[in-house]
Amino acid sequence: MTKALKKLRSMKDPADKIRAMADALVRFAEKGENPYLDIPSRTLSNVTFSDRDSIIKLGDETQRRFFFNIGQAKKFMQTYLVASGCSELLKVRKTTSIRDLYYMTKHTIKDAREETFNDQKESDPIIEDLEVALGSLREELNLFASNRGAMVGNMTIWDSGDMINLRKQGSGGWSVPSIVEENVVRFKSCEAKFILLVEKDAVWRRLNEDKFWKKHNCMLVHGQGMAPRGVRRLLYRMVNELKLPLFVFVDNDPWGFYIYSVIKQGSINLAFESSRMAVPSARFLGLSSYDKGKFKLPDNVSISLNKEDRDRAKQILEYPWFQKEEWQKEIKKMLKEGIKLELEALSAKGISFVSEEYLPYKIKNKLWLN
Amino acid sequence: MIKKPKSGNIRKSKPVQEEPEPDMPAEIKAQPPVAKAPVGIPEAVDGIEEPGDKPKTSSRTLGARRATAVDLAKGQREISVSEFFMKNRHLLGFDSPRKALLTTIKEAVDNSLDACEEAGVLPHIDVTIKGISETRFRVIVQDNGPGIVKNQIGRIFGKLLYGSKFHRLKQSRGQQGIGISAAGMYGMLTTGKSVAITTKPHPAKPAHYCEIQIDSKKNEPQYLKEEDGHEWTGSPTGTRVEIELEAEYKKGKHSVNNYLQQTAIANPHATLSFKGPEGEDMEWTRSSDQLPPEPKEIKPHPRGIELGILIKMMKSTTARNMGGFLKKDFSRVSPAVAAQILAEAKIPATANPKRLAASNAEDVFKAINSEKIRIMAPPTNCISPIGGDLIEKSLRAQINAEFYCALSRPPAVYRGNPFQIEAGIAYGGPDADADSLVKVMRFANRVPLLYQPGGCAITQAIIETDWRNYHMSQSRGSLPAGPAVILVHLASVWVPFTSESKEAVAQYPEIRKEIKLALQECGRALGRFLSGKARVAYEAKRRKIFEIYIDELVEAAGAMARINRANLRKDLVGIAKSKTLDAETPSGGENGSEAEAAAAAGTAAGAKPAAFNGEAKGEADDEGA
Repeated sequence: MTKALKKLRSMKDPADKIRAMADALVRFAEKGENPYLDIPSRTLSNVTFSDRDSIIKLGDETQRRFFFNIGQAKKFMQTYLVASGCSELLKVRKTTSIRDLYYMTKHTIKDAREETFNDQKESDPIIEDLEVALGSLREELNLFASNRGAMVGNMTIWDSGDMINLRKQGSGGWSVPSIVEENVVRFKSCEAKFILLVEKDAVWRRLNEDKFWKKHNCMLVHGQGMAPRGVRRLLYRMVNELKLPLFVFVDNDPWGFYIYSVIKQGSINLAFESSRMAVPSARFLGLSSYDKGKFKLPDNVSISLNKEDRDRAKQILEYPWFQKEEWQKEIKKMLKEGIKLELEALSAKGISFVSEEYLPYKIKNKLWLN
Repeated sequence: MIKKPKSGNIRKSKPVQEEPEPDMPAEIKAQPPVAKAPVGIPEAVDGIEEPGDKPKTSSRTLGARRATAVDLAKGQREISVSEFFMKNRHLLGFDSPRKALLTTIKEAVDNSLDACEEAGVLPHIDVTIKGISETRFRVIVQDNGPGIVKNQIGRIFGKLLYGSKFHRLKQSRGQQGIGISAAGMYGMLTTGKSVAITTKPHPAKPAHYCEIQIDSKKNEPQYLKEEDGHEWTGSPTGTRVEIELEAEYKKGKHSVNNYLQQTAIANPHATLSFKGPEGEDMEWTRSSDQLPPEPKEIKPHPRGIELGILIKMMKSTTARNMGGFLKKDFSRVSPAVAAQILAEAKIPATANPKRLAASNAEDVFKAINSEKIRIMAPPTNCISPIGGDLIEKSLRAQINAEFYCALSRPPAVYRGNPFQIEAGIAYGGPDADADSLVKVMRFANRVPLLYQPGGCAITQAIIETDWRNYHMSQSRGSLPAGPAVILVHLASVWVPFTSESKEAVAQYPEIRKEIKLALQECGRALGRFLSGKARVAYEAKRRKIFEIYIDELVEAAGAMARINRANLRKDLVGIAKSKTLDAETPSGGENGSEAEAAAAAGTAAGAKPAAFNGEAKGEADDEGA
């Protein structure tokens, strides 16, 4: 990591960091040098798995982004645009969504038939670049992602001044905000003994309708697929502050395994945030590649693996954090059978099979993977 | 089953290439076969009824009788040379009035070029077209050749199929000697006017003038007028041919103008001029003072002949036995090879070729082509290419482009015939059209091929070459697009045309491969030039991109901290300029200056390069006629 980058990241106030970024550009220009930004690489090669902490950490590799480089010029300019947007937010002390920021910085470039950003897919990675370059989380830059995910259970919380009883949230549950820091969310009373994170909204609804959380005294959370930052941060806080064990319930496919691994060890893309999001103690409750046989699920509920699935599974097999014997067996079994199972496949055995038989059986018999 | 009467009608509907018409002149029957279509065995030829012969089979029918043998015989007798000609004129290049005009000029110019070269004179040929009416023109072609002695005039201009080129294996422009006399015949048949010839074979003596018609029944010249001391201006010796014909004069792809320009490119040692009916007056000045070396004549290679020719050769040989015939009449046949061939054919070396011709020729033919026998490739020193340097010089003189390259491949062999490929490219320039397909110039033995590009091995090879490797755009199965002229010349002792009209080269794999190799080599040179040109364009584009983003960047930085925006902008623009210096290099670099020099030289020499654009557009009406 370069000196300049270390210096930038060592600053406390994000507003100072942004000012320093602008000053750096002026200095390069005055000296007639090609201006650049050092951005820690967010690639698999720059990610290390720490055995001690059991989380994924960002390495020291950086990418130098030059302005006078035809392939990088636009991205360089975009990084400054996003920084100026954040600078604006910090000045007026307001927060906004990353989608809003996209619209704030999007316009047609003067004298050209070109947009600064073509779509949000272009601006989101730039925000992540800026986060790692400055060493500031987007929340510190007054940015938040759109809300996703919901929670119900035996707990009362404080959310931005309102007391919320999570036992009385109807069928939809409490929507997890993207910023769940102390100043937004505080835990009040909690009787729940564990947390169950469900990949899918539909299965979460089934469990909520069957009042699974009441019968088993737990918190029921879903992240609508890959759990968003807000949900992950919330899980982290609940596990660490309330000392609740976390169980993850995902599809039996490589993507499901990866969701579990992101909850547990952190993601490659956001490795710089692992230490405040990853829950190394998280347990994998299902669906296991052995469940089809164990619960005698009919053949017609399984889906054949496609090429993409196989490739992804083989990749996952290589990840250092999947090297435990039980996990190798689990993934190899999936590849050998050549099939995947969705959570909904359990409904083939009865509409409430999942809440009344499968989950209780699994938990009671400690049939989970670590 | 009803057997149809073998009547004249049926026979005549057959393609002429496969079976000669009954009443064609004897010489035509002996015509060498086209590319791949072998001539029938002699029995088949002899089996065709001669005029006046008693029809053999026509009355023996089961179905209704349509005509008696006598009727048929009567009809057959009246077919003459002229009828044969008119019926088959598409084979000879006279299928449309427009093409007739071009073919007439082409035949006359070819004759003149050949005559000049044989006499060792640098050709200077003046072509004039006078409009008589909308559909009638008088073509006048005058050369500075050796002239023609009096008693030869009639045979050259008034007798079909007379010439020395007919059967020898030597690189030459024409191959069948049907040319100029056919043009004269066409003129006579369409306008009734004779061919007028003025020739001056001796510098000190006055010119001789005569008017000739072809007696279409006897295939003999008829002198209508003869006089000495005719008016002659210009060179000390020479010949002027005048033919009046029904024709159509048009500009475009198949224009006289275009043909003459291409002829000038393929014959850098010749000066051509053109005066057209619409006031056109142009000249293509020679870019070389070197006459091409005279091609050597070779004996045929055994693997290069067709069965029909073998039979003819066996019939007419002076050798008394087969062993001697093979050794003497072919190239690359040693006594050992001759013995092997005869052993394979199971024919004694002492057999009489004349007697064998009818019965065992096919055995000999098969033995010659047997894979068991190894025969050396034919000698290749009999080919006279134009030369890469001269082609490039010629392109520079006749085409105003930015980049030129040309080369000659080493000689190669197809089916026992030696050949050599040359290729050249002229790219860019003010006259070229960047948006249309490249312009292709095809040549065979220095003669431009203007028709039937689609069926030609040259076009095919250009399409099969991947021009995208050389920075040109090209859609699948199509010619590349861009402001370029691609030239390909095939020189050979025997050019395999797809048909008698000699407009497209047959698709022999050996020929296509050589063309592609030549094109690839030219393409690489072009690619290097274009990547230099592309770099300049790329740098300019880069600078533009940087300049666009600088304003955005300065605004963003200005919102992030208190900075001097004007200074930052100025500094960044300065860096952008220094980073894209190549964008300021004048385009083309080395090649650009060469192009300018060449353009200047072209003007000095008085050449008026024919306009290029416009010709690529439209004019597809008589394509593949």
